[in-house]
Amino acid sequence: MSLLDVKDLRVEFPARRGLFVAVDGVTLTVRPGEILGVVGESGAGKSTIGNAVIGLLEPPGRIGAGEIRLEGRRIDDLDEAAKRRIRGRRIGMIFQDPLTSLDPLQTIESQLVETIRLHLGLDGAAARARAVDLLRQVGIPDPELRVKQYPHQFSGGMRQRVVIALALCAEPEVVVADEPTTALDVSIQAQILDLLKALCRDRKVGMIVITHDMGVIAEITDRVAVMYRGRVVEEGPTAKILGDPDHAYTRALIGAVPRPDVRLHRFPYVDYIEGIATKPPAIDLRGHWLGKARDFGAKTDGPLLAVEGLGIRFPMNNAWLERNRRYLDAVKDVSFAIAEGETFGLVGESGSGKSTVARLITGLYRPTAGRVSFNGTDLTAITRDRDLNPFRRQIQMIFQDPFSSLNPRMRVLDIVAEPIRFHRLASGRDEVERIVRDLLDHVGLGAKAAEKFPHEFSGGQRQRICIARALATRPRFLVCDEPTSALDVSIQAQILNLLKDLQEELRLTMLFISHDLPVIRQMCDRVGVMRHGRLLEVAATEDLFERPQHPYTQELLRLMPHFEGLSHDNLDVEAVGGAG
Amino acid sequence: MPDLRLSARLRAAADSDLWYSFRTSPVTIVSALTTLVLVAAALAAPVIAPHNPFDLASLNIMNAGLPPVWDAGGEAAFPLGTDDQGRDVLSAILYGARISLLVGFASVVFSVVLGVGLGLVSGYVGGRVDAVIMRIADVQLSFPAILIALLIDGVARGLLPHDMHGEVALYVLVFAIGISGWVQYARTVRGAAMVESRKEYVQAARIIGIGPMTILWRHILPNVMGPVLVIATIHLAIAIITEATLSFLGVGVPPTTPSLGTLIRIGNDYLFSGEWWITIFPGIVLVLLVLSVNLLGDWLRDALNPKLR
Repeated sequence: MSLLDVKDLRVEFPARRGLFVAVDGVTLTVRPGEILGVVGESGAGKSTIGNAVIGLLEPPGRIGAGEIRLEGRRIDDLDEAAKRRIRGRRIGMIFQDPLTSLDPLQTIESQLVETIRLHLGLDGAAARARAVDLLRQVGIPDPELRVKQYPHQFSGGMRQRVVIALALCAEPEVVVADEPTTALDVSIQAQILDLLKALCRDRKVGMIVITHDMGVIAEITDRVAVMYRGRVVEEGPTAKILGDPDHAYTRALIGAVPRPDVRLHRFPYVDYIEGIATKPPAIDLRGHWLGKARDFGAKTDGPLLAVEGLGIRFPMNNAWLERNRRYLDAVKDVSFAIAEGETFGLVGESGSGKSTVARLITGLYRPTAGRVSFNGTDLTAITRDRDLNPFRRQIQMIFQDPFSSLNPRMRVLDIVAEPIRFHRLASGRDEVERIVRDLLDHVGLGAKAAEKFPHEFSGGQRQRICIARALATRPRFLVCDEPTSALDVSIQAQILNLLKDLQEELRLTMLFISHDLPVIRQMCDRVGVMRHGRLLEVAATEDLFERPQHPYTQELLRLMPHFEGLSHDNLDVEAVGGAG
Repeated sequence: MPDLRLSARLRAAADSDLWYSFRTSPVTIVSALTTLVLVAAALAAPVIAPHNPFDLASLNIMNAGLPPVWDAGGEAAFPLGTDDQGRDVLSAILYGARISLLVGFASVVFSVVLGVGLGLVSGYVGGRVDAVIMRIADVQLSFPAILIALLIDGVARGLLPHDMHGEVALYVLVFAIGISGWVQYARTVRGAAMVESRKEYVQAARIIGIGPMTILWRHILPNVMGPVLVIATIHLAIAIITEATLSFLGVGVPPTTPSLGTLIRIGNDYLFSGEWWITIFPGIVLVLLVLSVNLLGDWLRDALNPKLR
């Protein structure tokens, strides 16, 4: 007996340039106590399905065809008042961002009690007792005390538990969870997923989990539907889809997921989404502009980049007296060295200070303690800004957010040409333009991209532009700060492939920062683990993953999604030592 | 191939959301047309005006106080009637609108340059510089704009010799209106510049090694100009009103080069003696001009910032 049936659903958004069909011909079923995963990349229409089910389509969106049935009765054609009685009462919703899905001006109690009274008709005292009971069930310690608090007094993970309690308070039969763990750190993600799974089993709730993350799918779903451009391309039991997918897109998607267990030489091609993922022709460095005049000065012995006792503190208040001032040590006593040609990884959860280290090395922040040496020169001792320019040329950075790292008012040509012009690496307008087109071609964009503006590109394409800009100074050292965490998994695979290729060809040295352990394993030779601004452990990648020393590293690795039974077909596994 | 690029840009402009929101808003089209007609008429005043109100030789006191042409006693040579000295009201309005628009535009440009410059520095440099600039802005905001303009005009009158004042009155007026308007630009640009300077494209430019002046000019300025354009449009209407107010109070442009405000003031004396046309027609033109510029500004604000709707 099925609980929720979605049949031939079609959701349309009338737009200026004709009808945009976000979801087309989607059929799904959820049974009690079952978790159905809906997986796909951004723009695939997976969130739209969730919104259609709970009757909260953003206007002007509308259901164009098909039907949605709850226990056999149609709910998509009800009027707004009837929909309201179902929403929250019979179908609960868990949103992505626990920061914005709670009212900051009301206590947890009043938010829960309001919903309980509305849907269950309990009186005040009974509703309050139930609110406390719910918080206990979702694993919040001291629920009697915490129920009186405001959302800002809860951490991100605790807040998401409150959101779950809110979704459950009317005992719904179906829960729609839209990216429930995307905004959370990996350690909290595991707890929330466990909680969702247990609640589902115990209460016989049917759940739809909408996510882009194969790890979440592997962890908690019973069945999974794979979406691509508004359609379900494949649906079946999770083990079958992950282990033995039929559809080419599913295979491509699974192949693009970074593995925590083996290191690949390259990710398999994912040309299903962006049709530009061809491998650019290898550059012959001897004749190429990128290889020309590697005028960095003589290579000294020792590491290319070394940081010793690096630290930065930010004042937390604005007191006049020194003794009243308090500081936050964003980074404290961090030391490591990176040899030429090596990729060094920094991993840690949000707030661990790993991005701050990147900004200290690139000179965006001045350290308050310690030093940064590049090729034997102490950069922190240089006081004249102009004297830093030769080093700036050699150290470039790729940022996390491809949407804010390009000036929206400049053409791609000017964006990529700016470093070339500034450092006078080429003479004459025509030569600069030729080099820019060549660079764009090389990062897989095609020379025509030069005339366009950044908003004409997708996230992955923008990240390619950022890479082209970073390469335009002919750098020797590249800092990548979460370069793929804002991207879909297939685009991530393309960008990581590109970085690997470029590193091989140009013999780049890289500092690669990520919160994502599988990505770190794919990219890095050695890894440092950071927490609370301190470096806990540095080890060769294989050692770190197989024999972690620090308890925190062991904990991180334990919580990492493990993708049991993921298809290993067509993978280009790199021959490395250890139990790969 | 620059012409190819131009046509591509034109096509992109015709396809853009801005043009679409313009096309689909009748109010905006009407106000744009009104503004265009008024500005064109003012610019072409020497060509299209039937008389030259500044040419004393052509004035005839016998023509003084004639009503508009459709009233009894009106003459076809003076379609909107004449004032107390026999000047054609229509010609005076055309020439007056010229002065009003000139003062309006010039003072807005002055405000924008001053305000955007200070706002950029304030937002990008921060710290003490920011504090000083913003406190000055706060102090100025505690005075009404018209009071500041009056003050500056009064000081200029006191300092300059009387015969010289007539020549520089226009510049003093532009300065007075301009200085009273910079605060709004500075505050808006400061906020936007703070947001932009934290964005990663600015960090990327800093990593390349580009200096602060170039970053401000090339990277931050173009990205904060959207709201400035919106404020400037609405400010233009305010500046024209301010000029009219000052001229009405008699501290604006000298009576020999009348603006719309001066005309309204002159006509005001005759309003109750039945010669209503001297003040009503310049008033109507002023209202039309300010209203249509304001409506354009409102549209621009909505079109450039969809979140405000």
